[in-house]
Amino acid sequence: MKQLTQILSLALLVLGGIITYNAAYIVKETEQVLITQFGKPVGDPIIEAGLHFKIPFIQETNIMDKRILNWDGRPNEMSTKEKTYIVVDTYGRWRIADAKQYFLRLSNERSALSRIDNILGSETRSAIANHELIEMIRTNKDREPKDLAAIEGAIGKLEPIQKGRSKIEDEILANAAPKLVEFGIELLDVKFKRINYNESVRRQIYERMISERQQIAERYRSEGAGEAAKITGSRERELQKIESESYRSVQEIRGAADALATEIYADAYNQSPEAVKFYEFKMSMEGYKSILSDDTTMILTTDSDLFKFLKSSDF
Amino acid sequence: MSKEIQFEIPESLRDIKGRLGSTLGLAAFLIVVVGGFTSFYTVPAESQGVVLRFGEYVRTSPAGLHFKIPFGIEQKYVLPVERQLQLEFGFGTPGATNLVQYSDSRADQMEERSMVTGDLNAATVEWTVQYRIADPKSFLFEVRNPEETMRHISESVMRAVVGDRTVDEVITIGRQEIESESLVQMQEIANRYKLGLSIDQVQLKDVNPPEPVRPSFNEVNQAQQQREKSINIANGEYNKVIPRARGEANQKIQAAEGYALKRVNEAEGDVSLFNAVFAEYLKAPEVTKRRMYLETMQEVLPTIERKIIIDSDASQILPLMQIATDKSK
Repeated sequence: MKQLTQILSLALLVLGGIITYNAAYIVKETEQVLITQFGKPVGDPIIEAGLHFKIPFIQETNIMDKRILNWDGRPNEMSTKEKTYIVVDTYGRWRIADAKQYFLRLSNERSALSRIDNILGSETRSAIANHELIEMIRTNKDREPKDLAAIEGAIGKLEPIQKGRSKIEDEILANAAPKLVEFGIELLDVKFKRINYNESVRRQIYERMISERQQIAERYRSEGAGEAAKITGSRERELQKIESESYRSVQEIRGAADALATEIYADAYNQSPEAVKFYEFKMSMEGYKSILSDDTTMILTTDSDLFKFLKSSDF
Repeated sequence: MSKEIQFEIPESLRDIKGRLGSTLGLAAFLIVVVGGFTSFYTVPAESQGVVLRFGEYVRTSPAGLHFKIPFGIEQKYVLPVERQLQLEFGFGTPGATNLVQYSDSRADQMEERSMVTGDLNAATVEWTVQYRIADPKSFLFEVRNPEETMRHISESVMRAVVGDRTVDEVITIGRQEIESESLVQMQEIANRYKLGLSIDQVQLKDVNPPEPVRPSFNEVNQAQQQREKSINIANGEYNKVIPRARGEANQKIQAAEGYALKRVNEAEGDVSLFNAVFAEYLKAPEVTKRRMYLETMQEVLPTIERKIIIDSDASQILPLMQIATDKSK
């Protein structure tokens, strides 16, 4: 009898343990827990982390994430407004805002992601189709390329935009977020992770870039030849200028000197009729010294002043 | 009743009880040992520990030896908050301990680095993001996969920043600006989502035009060099000729000036001489004239080899004379 009581109390203890163990549950910092009773949600989701209790066996815990979750879209080929085919890769952040709704409408995270896939996929596609490519590429419409003169030969100009990347992202978010509310999902943001040309457009872009560069290269070469020709021309001009100027100066200087000398001579020799005569005489005398050389044959008569005394000593 | 139980345990049962007692003792001993071992933990110098009790955050512990309640009641996470971690985009440094440091496949890396610039050209951009876990609590509890999220943020920010620049800016002068601007934007988004990460640095690595376009970019560089070269050659030619011509011109002018001086000085000298002689001449014109004449003759005549002096009345004989001009005679 006493043994029975002993065994019974032991069994009770074990049972109590099992019940307590079942009633207690832990909510982690990263989780929220929705209590369901026979599959129906009971009360608000438990979001405070720590040790909690529920009615054992009858109530069940459903653990869901409380954190911000990641949605990583698959890269999709889409057409922009100007019919350029691009590959768009988006990502988004979301979280379970209404655990009850989420639990009722979606069985698990995989189906949640596929809902987001569908809704964001179509919203993104229509946003892309309504805008030109540049609107998805640029963000700040006021930005001007920096110091373009410093990059010689830069031909790039930033294309003008109306809205820009972040506004379009916001539009997609604004359109998609309400559609996810009924699933208890709060969409926090949508962003373009990658936008790229598809393979065939990419080739065209490369060809355009190559031709642009070649055009710049041609310009450089032609500029080089042009500049060189300009320098050669200025060299020619400068050379002619220097030489002709120096010739002119030389002639002027010499001319002035000759004129001055002539004036000096004339002033002196022309001072009186006697001076003129004397000059003539003197120059003749000096002239003889150089004109008459050793091979000159000279015939003089005794009429000459020098030899008149040869004939007679009269004077 | 309890007394009865105590006294009526048979020998065999008592035996079992004894054995049970020793088993329980062993179990208790084991529990104490295991509990003892699991209630201490060490946080390394570069790290911080985060302790949870029944899943609830209770405290953050600095580096050192710490105590926690054992048997899974308290759990700990140790995070290397001081260590700088790195994310790589468009390339990968093998051997990284950080699982999300780079994309595994080459195709993914290629996708990561190819971008469209604000002038609708293409560029390939490789970059790294250096970050630390600044707030372990946020890092653990606010966002699932914070580092993967950081990768997404980094890619989208980098593209937004590059998308606002021309391909030339991206490749040449824009690097620093891109780094600083994307750092600010990445940090801002990281803060908004409480990733618990602090970004230390964004560094651009290789930034290039796409592979097929690269030769034409090089061609531009070469053409630029070529332009400089032809300009330099032309300038060289100019410099070779012009200064020399200037010098020569100067020389000619100097020579002309020398001539001018000489000419005028000589004229003045001549005139002075003339005036001096003329002044004397005026004093006695006839005599002076005659003297000068005779002096000249004395000077001139001796040098002349052939002199014929004939009588003034016999000038008719002149044609009869054979006048030889041959000097050798």
